[in-house]
Amino acid sequence: MSTFSPAQIPSKQQKQKEFTIALAGQPNMGKSTLFNLLTGLNQHVGNWTGKTIEKREGTFVYKDHHIHLIDLPGTYGLSANSPEELLARDFILQEHPDLVIAVVSAVNLERSLYLVSELVLLPTPVIIALNMMDVAQQEKIEIDVPVLQAAIGLPVIPIIATRASGVEELLVSMNAIFDGKLNPAPRIPKIRPDHQEIQCQIKSLIAGFIPKVYPLNWCALKVLEGDVEVTQKIRETLPIESWEMVATILKAHDDAFLAIVSGRYAWIEDLIRKCVRKPPIGQIGLTDRLDRWATHPVYGIIILAAILGMIFGLTFSIGTPIQEWLETALITPFSSIVSSWLSASPPWLASFVVNGLIGGVGSVLTFLPIIMIFFAVFGILEDVGYMARAAFVMDNFMHMMGLHGKSFLPLFLGFGCNVPAVMGTRVIETWSARVLTIILAPFIPCTARMAVLAFLAPAFFGSQAILVTWGLILFSLIMLIMTGVLLNRIIFKGERTAFVMELPLYHRPNLRSTGLMVGQRLLAFVKKAGTVILAFSAVIWCLSFFPGASLDQSFLAQIGGFLEPVGRWMGFDWRLTVALLTSFMAKENAIATLGILFGNTSDMGLSNSLIAAYSPAVALSYMTASLLFIPCAATVAVIRQESGSWRWTFLNIGLMLVLSIALAGSINLIASAIGL
Amino acid sequence: MDDLNPQIPLTELKVGEHAHIVSIPSGRMIQQRLVSIGITPGIEVTMTQNYHHGPLVVTVRDTRIALGTGEAKRILVRKFSLS
Repeated sequence: MSTFSPAQIPSKQQKQKEFTIALAGQPNMGKSTLFNLLTGLNQHVGNWTGKTIEKREGTFVYKDHHIHLIDLPGTYGLSANSPEELLARDFILQEHPDLVIAVVSAVNLERSLYLVSELVLLPTPVIIALNMMDVAQQEKIEIDVPVLQAAIGLPVIPIIATRASGVEELLVSMNAIFDGKLNPAPRIPKIRPDHQEIQCQIKSLIAGFIPKVYPLNWCALKVLEGDVEVTQKIRETLPIESWEMVATILKAHDDAFLAIVSGRYAWIEDLIRKCVRKPPIGQIGLTDRLDRWATHPVYGIIILAAILGMIFGLTFSIGTPIQEWLETALITPFSSIVSSWLSASPPWLASFVVNGLIGGVGSVLTFLPIIMIFFAVFGILEDVGYMARAAFVMDNFMHMMGLHGKSFLPLFLGFGCNVPAVMGTRVIETWSARVLTIILAPFIPCTARMAVLAFLAPAFFGSQAILVTWGLILFSLIMLIMTGVLLNRIIFKGERTAFVMELPLYHRPNLRSTGLMVGQRLLAFVKKAGTVILAFSAVIWCLSFFPGASLDQSFLAQIGGFLEPVGRWMGFDWRLTVALLTSFMAKENAIATLGILFGNTSDMGLSNSLIAAYSPAVALSYMTASLLFIPCAATVAVIRQESGSWRWTFLNIGLMLVLSIALAGSINLIASAIGL
Repeated sequence: MDDLNPQIPLTELKVGEHAHIVSIPSGRMIQQRLVSIGITPGIEVTMTQNYHHGPLVVTVRDTRIALGTGEAKRILVRKFSLS
């Protein structure tokens, strides 16, 4: 067993030295696995200040050193072209971590060293964690680590993050740097002689005019590369005549960017030549064999459809019984215990706690198993490397909406819950594509809406229920596509974005990482339930309880009555109208509301009352409306947060409101006409 | 290098064929994306999957990269001469 341990709260007596380490690496290098390994449960997920980029940080203790570990976003380089890359380099330049651990993959060392070729230009010392040594061995790739270490001038520690191997050595090396016993002096990638000269000229022009945290050499190089952010900053501070000279130099050397990049790759290729031996190409590995099917334009889609079907099958066949069990074994007895405690208190208080709070939040929390299973399967598929293939086969299809394959992933996640789907749009690089995906995400029927369908469809359509359910889901997906095509034409003017995506090697999933990720997504959901949904439950309860007498005279009934003309167009009475309105709080609430309004909380009883009260045409109309009605409060909140403006949020709400009312009304008319 | 072979768009490369990348599309955004994932002028590229419609997969520096048709069309390559 190694001697590092996730940190306890440091006591003041212990003389611990505190250090900050930034963990850097390209995507698919096993960076998060290493992060989880080092910090265990002592980690915290939040956002970078003012950004919608996830920030993961954690702590651990190793030999009296108290270490604060920051997981930088996974980036291919450190350019100014994506917010993640900017953030990663700004963190290193401005927060001065004591060390950067760069995770690279032994399987594609050549590409993964590109980030290192940018990291060595920054002032912070770097250790290289050479991950996936086991996979490299399987692929018969030999890496001479001592030679690599000598050639690059940085400590290189071979590790297998999935098996926790090599971590001790990594920490020993880390300590050696902290204790000043090791002072890495990396070899720096060279640039062409003529560009070196220009870099010197730029250096002398900008010296004294650059932000304090930026090293002069790096700054001059970035200006030469045409880095937008650094150039902009310098332009603002530089005297006009110096700036004009810089601009003239840059204009004469617009090939500098590719030349500098080529210099970096030449540095990498030189390292690779010295220390990597690969088997002759032409061998067909596991990934190629699987990809013949998984990325095939026809079979790939069939496989994706089968996987999607399997996820739903699994989610509902395992999740629904657990949900029902939670409802009967936990929430109901808990409610009765609480009501007996409160029997001495005024009746409004008991009703508030039992029907309002426990009823509202409880019914949402019983969805946890369903959401958990969905997230777990999704997380495993993501970890195995399949999700990139799903994005790939959906690319053609997504082009219809001016989007590309990557937008498919958050939408897929939306089938579980729309909240993480909207947050998941962060993987999309272009802003317009991201906003469009955010607006479209709520069109995906989430598990909560499917639960409403799963309750109503069998009640009204018996053996045809499956057909009706799938028909309605397909219908809302068609609406998604049509909306996407239209919005793309009208608002985004057919802007298209580049599709460049790595297809990682397939590998065995790391259950620990997946587990942690599922746990974090669930925690976010529970927090929402504890805050937004709790508050809304309280409000809805108040509206249904006051001003007293019976429910028919409550504020809620009055609102329902006021909106009845709109409801009537869809075939609703005030109760269905109110049920639809309360679904704003949480989609599955519709059923709970109907239960309260019909005074019938058992499922069987409610089904029968509903069949007696409404025609199948009305049921069909209601199901359509509930699929396409404005997103739930939690989703609205994240749309606002992720899109950064009320404009897009209201566009989405308005769009869905109009669509749901218009379509449900039309369906009611058509269905009534054919005698349903 | 292989001056005998003409420059062709990447999309015209057949599965299993190798080529050198001659040029990548201009435009800072797309260049940054391509070079940081390993697609640079001069590098060897192998076509891994190309059904001549929809996105394709190439292997560059031991990495499989999916490219949209629009991007791939603007990447010019020169096939290796048979040797």
